[in-house]
Amino acid sequence: MTTLTHEVPGAAADPDDGGPTGQGLVPYLVVRFLLIVPTVLVLVSLVFFLMRLTGDPITAAFGGRLTPDQLHAKLHQAGYDRPLLTQYLDYLRGLATGDFGRTVTDNQPVTHVLGTYGAATAELACYALLVALLVGVPLGMVAAAHRDRAPDAGLRLFAILTYATPVFFVGLLLKLVFAIRLGWLPSSGRASTDVQLFLQDQSSTTGVYLIDALRSGDGTAVGDVLRHAVLPGVALGLLVAGVLLRLVRTNLIGTLSADYVEAARSRGVAPLRLVTHHAARPALIPVVTVLGLQVAGLLGGAVLTETTFEWKGLGYQLAHYLTVRDFPAVQGIVALFAVVVAVTNFLVDVVAALIDPRVRY
Amino acid sequence: MALVLVRRLPLRLRTGAGVQRALLLTGAALTALFVLTAALGPLLAPHGYAQLQHGHGLFGSQQHPGAAHPLGTTIAGYDVLSRTVWGARTALLIILAALLLSVVPGTVLGLASGYLGGRLDRLLVGLADALYAFPPLLLAIVMSLVISGGRSSPVGGLGAAACSVAVSFVPQYFRVVRAEVIRVKAEPFVDAARVIGAGPWRIMTRHVLRNSVRTLPLIFTINASEAILTLAGLGFLGFGIEPNSAAEWGYDLNRSVADVTSGIWWTAVPPGLGIVLTVLGTTLLGESLTDLADPRLRRRTGAPAPATEKTEKGGDDD
Repeated sequence: MTTLTHEVPGAAADPDDGGPTGQGLVPYLVVRFLLIVPTVLVLVSLVFFLMRLTGDPITAAFGGRLTPDQLHAKLHQAGYDRPLLTQYLDYLRGLATGDFGRTVTDNQPVTHVLGTYGAATAELACYALLVALLVGVPLGMVAAAHRDRAPDAGLRLFAILTYATPVFFVGLLLKLVFAIRLGWLPSSGRASTDVQLFLQDQSSTTGVYLIDALRSGDGTAVGDVLRHAVLPGVALGLLVAGVLLRLVRTNLIGTLSADYVEAARSRGVAPLRLVTHHAARPALIPVVTVLGLQVAGLLGGAVLTETTFEWKGLGYQLAHYLTVRDFPAVQGIVALFAVVVAVTNFLVDVVAALIDPRVRY
Repeated sequence: MALVLVRRLPLRLRTGAGVQRALLLTGAALTALFVLTAALGPLLAPHGYAQLQHGHGLFGSQQHPGAAHPLGTTIAGYDVLSRTVWGARTALLIILAALLLSVVPGTVLGLASGYLGGRLDRLLVGLADALYAFPPLLLAIVMSLVISGGRSSPVGGLGAAACSVAVSFVPQYFRVVRAEVIRVKAEPFVDAARVIGAGPWRIMTRHVLRNSVRTLPLIFTINASEAILTLAGLGFLGFGIEPNSAAEWGYDLNRSVADVTSGIWWTAVPPGLGIVLTVLGTTLLGESLTDLADPRLRRRTGAPAPATEKTEKGGDDD
């Protein structure tokens, strides 16, 4: 889940500073890059050993449905009867070369699963980030401009509500109102069946439906894809919007007390204009970094959102593989999420270091 | 400038303090409602959480809300109101279990790591950092697979859920306690204790620990919220508690997905509202406590309190 408040102390960069001085930047980035490896290693190892505590993947998936002899044969064939350490090292070697193993239940390379469904999750995450920015930043500005008055209190409550409402309950309510009662938008899926078939028939596909639809030049397909994206995007986006709102508000209140803003205020500039034209830019820089930090929460939320809207991405697949107890598939998806989180956190630190020369080890 | 202050300040302080108090009261009220519902569940709920029939005949599936069932019945034929009320009990149990399971190990590890330092400290910090960056829900999913072996068992359901929730909170308590311990152990009174010959164990428990856990109650409220949300997420994905061992809001929401598609609202809305109101209550409570503990905020909204009180009793509400 996302944490409710983020304040980035001292992150508002001084525009006169001329960017990073260069001293120590490269070594810092190299060290920071190398730190991705242990982070991912810890998570992947943890998941590997935790999963193995429950037994081997074959027994987990087929136990009770195969005779002991068949089980044993399958175990031997997949190499699960070897010492655990050998299997672990093998698994790590595979990961390093981009081989995530094979799924047990439908026997396909895990990388294939990741490739097929990763695009859908990435697409959903982009919609959600867009919604979060469009909702969170303007509302944060309004809250800061009307600090401690009715709009601010209302928006504070709104931010807390976006946190308190599970993303799947938001999704169900949106579905109930906008898809079922009002019938304005489709209730599930990434596109209508015919559009989906049409998109998969294209000569080269990216898996990101919006891009595929745009490239096909078919207006109805684009419209259909966008209509399907609205409800899941809003459900997941609101989760992050609340965090952004509070962050923007806090940072703006900080910059609003700066001397140059005070000067503008004394010239009679209206409160809202003061925010948008004077205080916003330095206050928005930390938003970039915090958005990056929200990726972990976004991925967790994506699993739930995809299940709610039958959005066939990695999260939907994860839930599916969990119910059939396909450990290699679960492990692979979780490992990919770990890599994505670690890399985004690295990129966040890079951005922070480029913006603010004080960020160094 | 002065004019602006005169025009803005009284208004700001008045609503600031009023909002503060309203948030605190709402949070306390919702939390009290939740705890009472959980405690009095068996008296409040018209039926049992796994009850399918009353006297003669089944409740029936997907009954509309009416006299017999104020909030209707689910597709499996449970009474929605009863399951929603019983759900509070499960949520409270999970909060208590998850807090216990994460506070104790988190505090002990944080204390040892912060006080002893060295290689153990580096190892634990690395581990906590890696876990911290990971979506708690995924961690909980992995954990629930480990504990229940991927099968839901009536007995282990609650325990598995509590452990799953706890595992993502241990690193949080660890980080907070460790940071406090490192700060506290540099204080003169710790040196004084060492000088008069107190052993490391005594210093750790007596002097350092007691001064390092003051911030924890604030984290309790956050973690209570997250415990409910994580459990609900697990339940929604089908990894929670089976309906015949306890009522769980996330599980009920999972069952209601198909209902929503056919326009049935009463199986989804009550358990969902249960989650929202409970999390809202604990979060508001936590936020207000944080605000009260923050001297900067306290001075701004609290210092001219007497004047504020008077003007507010004047009946201005905005």
